[in-house]
Amino acid sequence: MSWINLTALWKIVVFGLIAGAGLPALFAGGLYSLSLGPNRARAAAAGGVAGSDGGDSDVLVGGSIIGMVIAVIVFLIILAAIGWCVYEIYTLGHPAPAKK
Amino acid sequence: MSNDTVLVLVVITALCFDFTNGFHDTGNAMATSIATGALGPRTAVAISGVLNFVGAFLSLAVAATIASGLVDTGKVTLTVVAAGLAGGIIWNLLTWLLGIPSSSSHALIGGVIGSTMAAAGGSAVLWHGLVSKVVIPAVLSPVIAGLVAACGTWLLYRITRSLTDGARRHGFRIGQIGSACVVSLAHGTNDAQKTMGVITLALIANGTLAKGSNAPVWVITCCALAIALGTYIGGWRVIRTLGKGLVEIESPQGMAAESASAAVILLSSSFGYSLSTTHVATGSIIGTGIGKKGAEVRWNVAGRMATAWVFTLPSAAIVGATGYGIAYGVGGTIGVIVDLIILAALSGFIYWRSRATKVDHSNVNADWTGGVAPEQVPAEATAA
Repeated sequence: MSWINLTALWKIVVFGLIAGAGLPALFAGGLYSLSLGPNRARAAAAGGVAGSDGGDSDVLVGGSIIGMVIAVIVFLIILAAIGWCVYEIYTLGHPAPAKK
Repeated sequence: MSNDTVLVLVVITALCFDFTNGFHDTGNAMATSIATGALGPRTAVAISGVLNFVGAFLSLAVAATIASGLVDTGKVTLTVVAAGLAGGIIWNLLTWLLGIPSSSSHALIGGVIGSTMAAAGGSAVLWHGLVSKVVIPAVLSPVIAGLVAACGTWLLYRITRSLTDGARRHGFRIGQIGSACVVSLAHGTNDAQKTMGVITLALIANGTLAKGSNAPVWVITCCALAIALGTYIGGWRVIRTLGKGLVEIESPQGMAAESASAAVILLSSSFGYSLSTTHVATGSIIGTGIGKKGAEVRWNVAGRMATAWVFTLPSAAIVGATGYGIAYGVGGTIGVIVDLIILAALSGFIYWRSRATKVDHSNVNADWTGGVAPEQVPAEATAA
């Protein structure tokens, strides 16, 4: 009879960080990878200084083939991870009903 | 025979609660996407409605907690459930009128506990279950969500620091659509189950289902529909407070907040914690404010919310107990009907009050000027 289920707590914190902060970070990595290439330098030169308030270019694709391929792979991994999580929750969430 | 009439009334009331749950909580999933412009307001609520419907079918762990982990099912009668639901609905509508994102779950649980105590005394409440599965998660979950969101926000800005601001905004707006969808799914999974749990509780109380049964399929389907409809109607007042009131949000923060909420809600529901999606979403949004340099959290708005959170369980319990008192005083089926007539009258009154300071899809993103009602509308009612 404990008040706090510590096992559940640490699982929620650790998996929460992995899924809740890790997956969007992976997405950010994908965006970064997508932005690599000649277009980005041009966009920056055209006034959108990277990371500053002046950046009004919203071009996402930098033009590097390898960058794009990596980005696509990363985005697919994220989708697969979400799908897998949802599936896990589905199987966990349908326990056999208690005895009648 | 009369018992069946009461059962039908209880199921209808429960579905009404589910509906208020939906529109009260649309903001948890969609507020940040609407605030950053990732999704148009109407598209957002439509997508959220559909995903809430799907999410309701995903898990039954939380329904089991509500149905058997909080009160002694042997002491619960249909009248108790009806009065408890009335307590939950009234608290939900009041907080919606004030634009406070309070917890629908706590409103429901508080209502049911209040009416159970009025009917059978404090010993009928499983206090250990209440504290370990509801109160402690309520305190911890926003903190965990805030932590996850703060880490996420910091990482997102760090990783994309070489992108132009425009590209970053554009990219994360796309990402936000995905994360908002997962939150809606999570909301359906967690919140629709609460009503399923209550209807299951009523069916057990009536002897229709055996003790310890899972929610039947028709219950799951009806609850899924009710919460989806409620979500689609959209609780614009709460969306506004969450999206505009707490922190001025940019799209990377929106995505971080939503991902954190989704992860914490889904993980907790799979452990059977009936935590409040509202508390989690609020914690996440505050977390993104903390995680970004120079962002400002409006702590006075956050403080007002936290106050409402503390009061939610006891207030709904008092309304639930009063409801039980009235129903018991009048007696029998008529007593329940009297309760529900009072409930309908009060709901109508609250709706009428809300018309004075209307918030809808057209003005939901208006600049925050200190209250939920946008400035151009005469705002005396909601400022209090």
